[in-house]
Amino acid sequence: MVISNMPEITVRINGRELTGRPSQTVLELALENGIEIPNLCHDPRLVPTGSCRLCLVDVEGQRAPVAACSFEIAPQMVVKTETEEIRAIRRSFRELLFYEHTGVCTTCDENGDCKLQRYGYEYQLADEVFAAGQVAEHRNNYTTGNAALRYDPGKCIRCGRCIRICQEVQMDHALTFKERAGDVEVTTAFDMPLNDSTCELCGQCISTCPTGALYERAALGKGQCKDLKRTRTTCVYCGVGCQIDLNINTAKNEIVRVTSPIGCVPNDGNLCVKGRFGMEFVNSSKRLTSPLIKRNGEFHEATWEEAIDYVAVRLNEIKAAHGPDSIGGLSSAKCTNEENYVFQKFIRTAVGTNNVDHCARLCHASTVAGLARAFGSGAMTNSIDELPGAGCIFVIGSNTTEAHPVIGLKIKEAVVNNGAILIVADPRSIDLVQYAKLHLAQKPGSDVALINAMMNVILTENLCDMDYINERTENFDAAAAIIKDFTPEMAAEITTVDADAIRRAARIFAQASSSSIIYSMGITQHTTGTENVLSLANLAMITGNVGIESAGVNPLRGQNNVQGACDLGALPNVYPGYQSVEDPAINSKFQQAWGMDLSGKKGLTVVEMMHAIEEEKIRALYIMGENPALSDPNLNRTRKALEDIDFLVCQDIFLSETAEYADVVFPSVCFAEKDGTFTNTDRRVQRVRKAVASPGSARDDWQIICQVATKMGQPMSYDSPSDIMDEIASVSPIYGGISFDRIDTLGLQWPCPDKDHPGTRYLHKGKFTRGKGKFHPVEYKYPAERPGKKYPFVLSTGRQLYQFHTGTMTRKSAVINQVSPTGYVEIRTEDAKKLNIADGDSVEVISHRGKVTTLAKVTDNIESGWLFMPFHFCEGPANMLTIDALDPIAKIPEYKVCAANIRKAGGRN
Amino acid sequence: MSKDSVKDSAVDMELLGEILSAFGQVDSNDLIPILQKIQDSYGYLPRIVLMEFSKRTAIPASRIYGVATFYEQFHLEPHGRHTVRCCRGTACHVKGAVGIAEAIEKSLGIKDGETSKDMQFTFETVACLGTCALAPVMMVNGTYHGKMTPNHIQTIIESLKSSQGEG
Repeated sequence: MVISNMPEITVRINGRELTGRPSQTVLELALENGIEIPNLCHDPRLVPTGSCRLCLVDVEGQRAPVAACSFEIAPQMVVKTETEEIRAIRRSFRELLFYEHTGVCTTCDENGDCKLQRYGYEYQLADEVFAAGQVAEHRNNYTTGNAALRYDPGKCIRCGRCIRICQEVQMDHALTFKERAGDVEVTTAFDMPLNDSTCELCGQCISTCPTGALYERAALGKGQCKDLKRTRTTCVYCGVGCQIDLNINTAKNEIVRVTSPIGCVPNDGNLCVKGRFGMEFVNSSKRLTSPLIKRNGEFHEATWEEAIDYVAVRLNEIKAAHGPDSIGGLSSAKCTNEENYVFQKFIRTAVGTNNVDHCARLCHASTVAGLARAFGSGAMTNSIDELPGAGCIFVIGSNTTEAHPVIGLKIKEAVVNNGAILIVADPRSIDLVQYAKLHLAQKPGSDVALINAMMNVILTENLCDMDYINERTENFDAAAAIIKDFTPEMAAEITTVDADAIRRAARIFAQASSSSIIYSMGITQHTTGTENVLSLANLAMITGNVGIESAGVNPLRGQNNVQGACDLGALPNVYPGYQSVEDPAINSKFQQAWGMDLSGKKGLTVVEMMHAIEEEKIRALYIMGENPALSDPNLNRTRKALEDIDFLVCQDIFLSETAEYADVVFPSVCFAEKDGTFTNTDRRVQRVRKAVASPGSARDDWQIICQVATKMGQPMSYDSPSDIMDEIASVSPIYGGISFDRIDTLGLQWPCPDKDHPGTRYLHKGKFTRGKGKFHPVEYKYPAERPGKKYPFVLSTGRQLYQFHTGTMTRKSAVINQVSPTGYVEIRTEDAKKLNIADGDSVEVISHRGKVTTLAKVTDNIESGWLFMPFHFCEGPANMLTIDALDPIAKIPEYKVCAANIRKAGGRN
Repeated sequence: MSKDSVKDSAVDMELLGEILSAFGQVDSNDLIPILQKIQDSYGYLPRIVLMEFSKRTAIPASRIYGVATFYEQFHLEPHGRHTVRCCRGTACHVKGAVGIAEAIEKSLGIKDGETSKDMQFTFETVACLGTCALAPVMMVNGTYHGKMTPNHIQTIIESLKSSQGEG
């Protein structure tokens, strides 16, 4: 964190003059300057307790030694960390710790990374101070039978860090000490099995444990810490972009465990269950290892040459017979920036069409469209690390703690530790509601009504920032004309939210020192998605909350690299850097850069391509790392299209539901096996590094694409991903200053136009990207489908904490399968009672488009008349039910609202 | 459905409701006094009651459990209607506390730390009851009985047994 204008404090430690900040502790200052003071209970993420007493130091003027971890520096303080007296005290404390320690380093996985071991060596503590060694601890405890972690009380030094991180950072409160004196142990409430407690399996407790007492169960025996090689990379799940270290047993080419360095950006060593326990897929035996060609309905292994030849010939044939626009490509938000760049270039050059899109269409197309119209830039305006400084956080349509867990931690930190006021607008009682001052449970699809009414209050109560509106924005009057008549009472009718609650929310939002809007699919996945986004942009501008710190409009991106895939032009209307294909000047710039004529006609979007297959307008699809056969709406229709298409090529790490339909399947390498970059949700371009060798003959996605393009007659080749990034920088101004050497240790946030630019923490400072921020008048519209007699419920789909998207990766994890084995539908208790449905019953959920069987989850976290289904599960896939009605501007489907019915399975129609 | 709700279906949650409403706005500083009240009302700290206590007050169940197991005064297992404690402090020991404890065990038919099958008596020895002048000391339901002899024990326990039905 950059802290300026703070008084400096000068301190002498061991004779060295050092400069510190107010409220900094002696330990922090010492560690910052490379002076080691032994410590066991210290973790910079936690409030210091001073309980282990190992960090005792001598401070001049103090009668007795003080704990450096909790003693704050003061001007002219003189500190000695290694006097004879101090060393003797530390030694005796250490002896006491070892006396109860029954672990043996030779058989301990933590060997090499254990602080107790390190200090034992430093102080040359001999065997006689150790307790009798025990190889295994057979007594049951709260982790017995848990697939994620193992607690060994014999190695536990009772420092309490696991309990504190669970309380202070994760705020799960799953762990506690029990009993007293010599019987103290870490446990859950009533010693209940971990998965029955409030634990979310984030594994933060393991991350902070200074010994081997807490360890990933699956990592036990797979290699000691001292022998594991750590490779820093970026997590492959959501868009937060957590930095992780893959710990590799190089002899076995295996990821043993995932750790994260404390202090890293943006996650400070914190991870969620998917990042820490979701990497089993990399080593899965189900990985594709050879190209496959389908003949007579069956896949046969083929050589690379054969498969590439075949694809090039077929694509050229189709192109010759039906024109380049008869071919489409789906790029991937899971792949790197470099691969997305190469993919869209391949579609635009070798194929010659702008029919290139990817799954951003299904999540944030409306964000890109809406924010580009309002501000000129379709991305999170502010940074993740600004959240703890916000005065008010307005979370609407984002289940942050489940879909973006590490950003969820920042929101909780802002509220609990820093006093930010949280307003949650969500149809469900999501976890964040317990931290919120107000919960507005708006009816699905009624967001515009809610936001317009909030602005109505702000307008009528003169809470607008008129100076800001006049100086920085335009078209306010047109928006105000609609807003001024849209009272909270009108909104209450539509949203079912109490009018006074809307008033209170509006006042809090308008009057806070800074207000940050966080939103996600609950806003975007509607036929009015773009309008929802425009409304939020209006709300932020009317209160002057764009272009300042800890405020803004912040769409949380769902995939690890969905921001990057959009940035790199895997979209049918723009080249890399959001440069319009229809703009002749831009077009000619890219024609020059790529050395050939390019189509100036924008292409088809994901769902439009699927529909165009029905009309035989699209005859071939090239899909890289996407799974529309499970992720697209109205699956019966999507799957029929995939079945009917003339030629389908898939490039994937698994034979996904979609790849099953393919004519040719190329095996590609996964994130842990390649170099490149991902761009996270706060626009930070971060490194991805190869940690393990890929299986079989799998190849890098960009190499496969280059080889196909070359075979088709359009030569493409690069030496490395770094080369590709250099080309990206040359054609895309927002990435102009980005290169691999600059982002080696810390990623850069775009826009970063040149090599000296430090990157941009928050957008629109002083001036909007488009010049002036533009208000858009937005009228409330109903969703495409409304409940009726036959389908009386409103069905929404979404994510849950443990699984990710179509489950291709997470469902390979034993840890995740233990806690999230299958799909379900949430229904309110009273609705379930009326239908004679009990928790865990097998039920049928039906819509106009299909029927699925799943399990009922009876809960009071959802309102009466609404159903919620996670979409991760191929058994009972939620998308059999969803509607493929599209937002007219962004072409995003309305996953969040369709009419449905539910009944006990096995009953009559 | 949790196992508890079957096992503990007989537990009366209204008692908890009364305790909590008497405290008004509850925060974690009230944890120990509330646990004491719960134990007074239920005779021990039933898990299902503590889980409900956690749910209603947002005090984490883990914290409640940590406190409940830390203090010797709290019992997570069913406790007898009458609690008989015998001091084994130095003064009592010298004055024959061992014999007193044996006499209690004999007349109750249970050992230190146990509860009688009919749930009438729990017997525990404690480090010191703090009334050395009265050694050897026995405490029954909070009332001190000083200068005990095995015969006294017999009489007191028999009178407790005969008053069982009256509560």
